[in-house]
Amino acid sequence: MDRNQSRRQVAAMKQSLFDQGLLDEQFIQLEELQDDANPNFVEEIVTLHYRDSSRLISSIEQALKEKNPLDFNKLDTLMHQFKGSSSSIGAKKVKAECNLFREYCRVGNAEGCMRSFQQLKKEYATLRKKLEAYFQLARQAGPQEIACRSK
Amino acid sequence: MAITGEIFRQNLTEFLEESPSGSPELHVLAVDDSLVDRKVIERLLKISSCKVTVVESGTRALQYLGLDGEAGSLGFDSVKVNLIMTDYSMPGMTGYELLKKIKQESSVFREIPVVIMSSENVLTRIDR
Repeated sequence: MDRNQSRRQVAAMKQSLFDQGLLDEQFIQLEELQDDANPNFVEEIVTLHYRDSSRLISSIEQALKEKNPLDFNKLDTLMHQFKGSSSSIGAKKVKAECNLFREYCRVGNAEGCMRSFQQLKKEYATLRKKLEAYFQLARQAGPQEIACRSK
Repeated sequence: MAITGEIFRQNLTEFLEESPSGSPELHVLAVDDSLVDRKVIERLLKISSCKVTVVESGTRALQYLGLDGEAGSLGFDSVKVNLIMTDYSMPGMTGYELLKKIKQESSVFREIPVVIMSSENVLTRIDR
C-alpha cells in the first residue's frame, strides 16, 4: 500500500471516530502538541490514560461492591478523576457516561450508578479498541503532518 | 487542565510583554495530581517556550518553593517562578488551599500569579 493511501486511511479512520461522537476537540489539541521530535505524543498520553483508567475502574468496581449503603461521595470522587483523565484525551462518549454516573451519585441512585457504570465500561472498551487500531495504522503509515483543524 | 492550553497560549504573548525586560524564559510551576494532565501541560508549556516544573501535589509545590517550613529549605533566590498553574481538586491540598498558603507568605511569592483550573463545570461542587 503506498504511503499516501495509508495516510488517507488513517485520516478516514480518525474522521470516523469523530463522526461517531467518540472523540472531541481535545484530541485535536493533543495532536497539535506533536512534532517531529515528539511524533508519538498522543499515543503516549493515551497509554498513560489507560493506566489511570484501569486503576480507577477497579477502584470503582470495588466501591460498588461495598453496598448497604453505597458510598456515593467516594464513587463521585473516583469518577471525577476518571472523567478528568477521559476529558484530557478527548474521550467524548466516555466523558458523557461519567457525567451520568455522577448525576446518579448526586441523587443517591444506586441502581442508576450500576447501570451507568456497565455502559461506561462498554464505551471505554469500544474506544480503546478503536484507538489501538488507529495508532497501529498511524504508526504503519509513518510520520504524518500535524492534523490541521478544520475551521 | 489540558483544555486551558488554548487560552493560555493566547494570553501568553500578552503576559510575556509584561515581564521585566531581559528575563529569558517564563518559569511556570504546574501542579496536578493527574499524570496525564501533568504530561500535557508540560508539553504545552515547553512548546510555548516556557521553562516548566511539574509537581503532583500542593505539598510538593510548597516544598519546591521552599515554603514548607522545613529547616534548610532553599531561600527564594534559588527558585524563580513567574506563574503557578494548579488544578483545583486534588487529594490532600486543593488548588485553592495552595493559593492561600502561597499568598500568606510575606515574600516575593505573594506576587506570583496563581491560576486555578478545574474540570468541574458544576460550580456548586467547587467548595469555596
